Amino acid sequence: MNRVEDRGLEYLGASRIEGPLVVIERVRDAGFDELVEIVGPGGRPRLGRVLEISEERALVQVLEGTEGLSGSTVRARFLGESLRLPVSKSMLGRVFDGLGRPADGGPPPLSGDRRDVNGAPINPVARSYPREFIQTGISAIDGMNSLVRGQKLPIFSGNGLPHDRVCAQLVRQAKLPGENTEFSIVFAAMGVKRDVADFFMRDFAESGALGRVAMFLSLADAPGVERLLTPRAALTLAEHLAFDCGQHVLVVLTDMTNYCESLREVGTARGEIPGRKGYPGYLYSDLAAIYERAGRIEGSPGSITQTAILTMPSDDISHPVPDLTGYITEGQIVLDRELFQRGVYPPIAGLPSLSRLMKDGVGEGYTRADHPALASQLFACYAYVKRVRALADIIGEEELSAADKVYLKFGAAFERRFLTQGEREDRSIGATLDLGWEMLSLLPRDELRRVNEALLEKHYKGKTAPEAAKP
Amino acid sequence: MTNAEKSGRPFVTRISGPVVTVKGMAGAAMYEVVRVGELGLVGEVVRQAGDLATVQVYEETSMLKPGAPVERTGAPLSLWLGPGLIGNIYDGVQRPLPALRALSGAWIKRGERADPLDAARRWTFEPLLKPGQEAAAGQAAGLVAETPLVTHKVLLPPGVSGRVRSAAGPGSYTINEPLAVIETAAGPVEIKMLQKWPVRLPRPARERRRVSVPLVTGQRIIDTFFPLGKGGCACIPGGFGTGKTITQHQLAKWSDAGIIIFIGCGERGNEMTEVLREFPKLKDPRTGRPLMERTILIANTSNMPVAAREISIYTGITMAEYYRDMGYDVAVFADSTSRWAEALREMSARLEEMPAEEGFPASLPARLAQFYERGGAVTTLGGEPASVSIVGAVSPPGGDFSEPVTQHTRRFTRVFWSLDTELANARHYPSINWLRSYSDYLDEVGESWEKTAPGWRALRDEAMEALQREEHYRQIARLVGPDSLPDSQRLHLFIGGMLRDGFLSQNAFDAEDAYCPLEKQAALLKIIMALSRGARDLIKGGTALAVISALPCVPAILRAKTAYPGGGPDGLERLAARVAEELAGLEKKNSGGEAA
Repeated sequence: MNRVEDRGLEYLGASRIEGPLVVIERVRDAGFDELVEIVGPGGRPRLGRVLEISEERALVQVLEGTEGLSGSTVRARFLGESLRLPVSKSMLGRVFDGLGRPADGGPPPLSGDRRDVNGAPINPVARSYPREFIQTGISAIDGMNSLVRGQKLPIFSGNGLPHDRVCAQLVRQAKLPGENTEFSIVFAAMGVKRDVADFFMRDFAESGALGRVAMFLSLADAPGVERLLTPRAALTLAEHLAFDCGQHVLVVLTDMTNYCESLREVGTARGEIPGRKGYPGYLYSDLAAIYERAGRIEGSPGSITQTAILTMPSDDISHPVPDLTGYITEGQIVLDRELFQRGVYPPIAGLPSLSRLMKDGVGEGYTRADHPALASQLFACYAYVKRVRALADIIGEEELSAADKVYLKFGAAFERRFLTQGEREDRSIGATLDLGWEMLSLLPRDELRRVNEALLEKHYKGKTAPEAAKP
Repeated sequence: MTNAEKSGRPFVTRISGPVVTVKGMAGAAMYEVVRVGELGLVGEVVRQAGDLATVQVYEETSMLKPGAPVERTGAPLSLWLGPGLIGNIYDGVQRPLPALRALSGAWIKRGERADPLDAARRWTFEPLLKPGQEAAAGQAAGLVAETPLVTHKVLLPPGVSGRVRSAAGPGSYTINEPLAVIETAAGPVEIKMLQKWPVRLPRPARERRRVSVPLVTGQRIIDTFFPLGKGGCACIPGGFGTGKTITQHQLAKWSDAGIIIFIGCGERGNEMTEVLREFPKLKDPRTGRPLMERTILIANTSNMPVAAREISIYTGITMAEYYRDMGYDVAVFADSTSRWAEALREMSARLEEMPAEEGFPASLPARLAQFYERGGAVTTLGGEPASVSIVGAVSPPGGDFSEPVTQHTRRFTRVFWSLDTELANARHYPSINWLRSYSDYLDEVGESWEKTAPGWRALRDEAMEALQREEHYRQIARLVGPDSLPDSQRLHLFIGGMLRDGFLSQNAFDAEDAYCPLEKQAALLKIIMALSRGARDLIKGGTALAVISALPCVPAILRAKTAYPGGGPDGLERLAARVAEELAGLEKKNSGGEAA
């Protein structure tokens, strides 16, 4: 607290209460973004923050809901600083509420280090470029959309799809091949059901990870506005762990769609001009302030790798939330309903999934020399499978050329054997790549135009093309 | 009452995010720079009403309070221009990021200030003026070797002309030392290396010229099919994941401009880091020097303050004009102009302006036009030909090109490189769709192209037609299956495939393929089109397409882009000869068969 003497100053009465917003008149010496304690009839203080302030009045957003507040009796105390989170290593193994206060009955963490939850932008000059391959043991990710340490790679999913299971598997299995360091995990839940939080907690407990997990829970029954601070609090701790304590941190944010809805709710209450689908025009900047808090910093051994889960309303990838997320994050893992319904687990869609940092984290010296060409070839062949299937839908499978029928076989094998794996199956990168070659070997050698002769010589196990008529 | 109020100095009355209302600002000019609060946050006046001014602040305003003092500077936001810009990296308001890092570590702190140029560094100066001579605006007072690639001319600023009263001799000087004194009509003016220029004001040139030289990028689909002229403007729209940034990086790396300015406007931090780490290591294919020796980076990543994002694009273009005035061909890459437009929208909403399409301010088209009009081929004040080319990436929400930013950008640019999700999904890069893209500079740059590769235009048009036919038959094949088409029609699919895989797709990460010289582009295309013509004749003569597509030269053509066959440029000639030979072999068989 930089202005302890002001803590006593209390304002009685609000001139307006609307949704999560409260207007306090004639406020002196309060700042923009300052933290406010609002006390209603029950006496329990609720946290809020200043969204707009002028000489006459302050517009306060109450983070814990305005239920039961009455304009004449409400009391407001300005706390002299913006929201800060005490951070320490001892927060691993603990559970916190959406604003970072202990929710497991334990004492508040001992720490003299209190950080502004909004963080500060990392100077791009100080970043170091992420390029260490993380093995997740999931072939669809490792082989074709590799994750690297310091990347932000969200999971685009839909309601009812197994994103939680895929995410839990990813968290459980993520490691650097040949290294023993374990990830610390910071888990932030925004507006998800208690069951989901329990599922993750159980999974962490079973894999013995609970001691290195910090959970920030703003569940479905918590006030919506609180959610706006939950990812920020979680990332503030993650930054401390990564860049002060030198740990490798994996941050899981679920579900970002709920977060965006809360943002829309506040925007609407303020009477802002809405953008697409009613979301505020600054949704991009706001999301960027969260997602950009990942990466590596030169001279610091730690890293923050982010994976956010978001459910696409009606599976629509062009919905503002996945759309803007895709513009900020370094790729996306897309779950596909059709694959899921055909019983493929993990149902990771082959084509729309993408890892932008893969190109620098795989290949010679990182995974294996054949990895980039293999992935590119698998993408190209699987894209062709999609075209052949579309054609087969129209003219019937029997009418396809012999070459196209081979592609159908390849497609089926790719989905059944390469994509499909068990929830507890942890494939090494070598196994994934070998499996990829096995799939390609189902196709004639001449079709593989994206891999060079040397690689074909070494890895291709199929029949060489039938000798065509040569001049 | 706070101290500021009592003393009658301007003070803050209202804060809403980056928009701050200030009282006591009578007489302030629009776009005048102010320093807000104890931290001295940089802001700009964007609206006035009597004593009140609305200020947009370029830094976070958290914990700023009503009553906080505001300091006026009396000048609009101006850039420091002089030697030392090249190789540097700035934020949107020209704060040098390496210097900020040295001051405050890995995180950008608020209110941090650092000089954009190193005032202590001494540069070797070679004078060109003698006392007593007449000198005019735009004329060089002397030369400074800024980097091995860039000779920096210290110019007489616009509006400064007259007799040279005194001139410094050769030697080493800092940017603040006087190098010459010019007697102008308005009195003597000192010329220094450091000059300042308001960022929103275009720098004047003597006249506009016609665009006539292609900006060679080494990217086959661009140079051959949709070329950009030096001084032209191009637009790259594409949904996320279609490779906008990689395409922009490729162009920034390999374009044959003298100076490259890369504006990372509201994009990812890691991408800027990639540029920063990679450019010093990459060599310019024409000079063999590190690319950083001709590059300036402006980085205002998506999580940096939004108002600074708005101005970053003007910061970049002003620097571009400054180097243009020295006679350079400058290329500006803005990634992404949509983020810039969103910053406009955000600021406009905070100012409570009436929104137009999709919440964007009604001034959006005018602002876009102003920006793209600052590109162009000119004769400088000094009488030299020079140019600023602009390539703006556009990120349409949902990949929908009918949104306002894409639509308005199309109006003010003459080249349209349309990125395609379907191509990107199949990992065909660059994913520029050849049927939807266009270049309006074909005629302008044709003369210059023909000098490098005679017959380029005819060849290009022939290939374009082949691609259109391919699409036509692909649509039919989608309905009936390719096997129901006769060989004469399936040939179009085959040739289309050869063009796609052997010419249009280009691997940015392959050392050989990343940059493709014009001569090689023309030779490759010539080979594919020769195959196309030969195959057409053969099929007419009764040869099966399967026989042609199985010719051993076919895989060789497809691999020619990544490796010269036989290791040298003459390999392509040998390949061309081989194609002709193999086709002739089939021809002979054909006629032999008929005879028998």
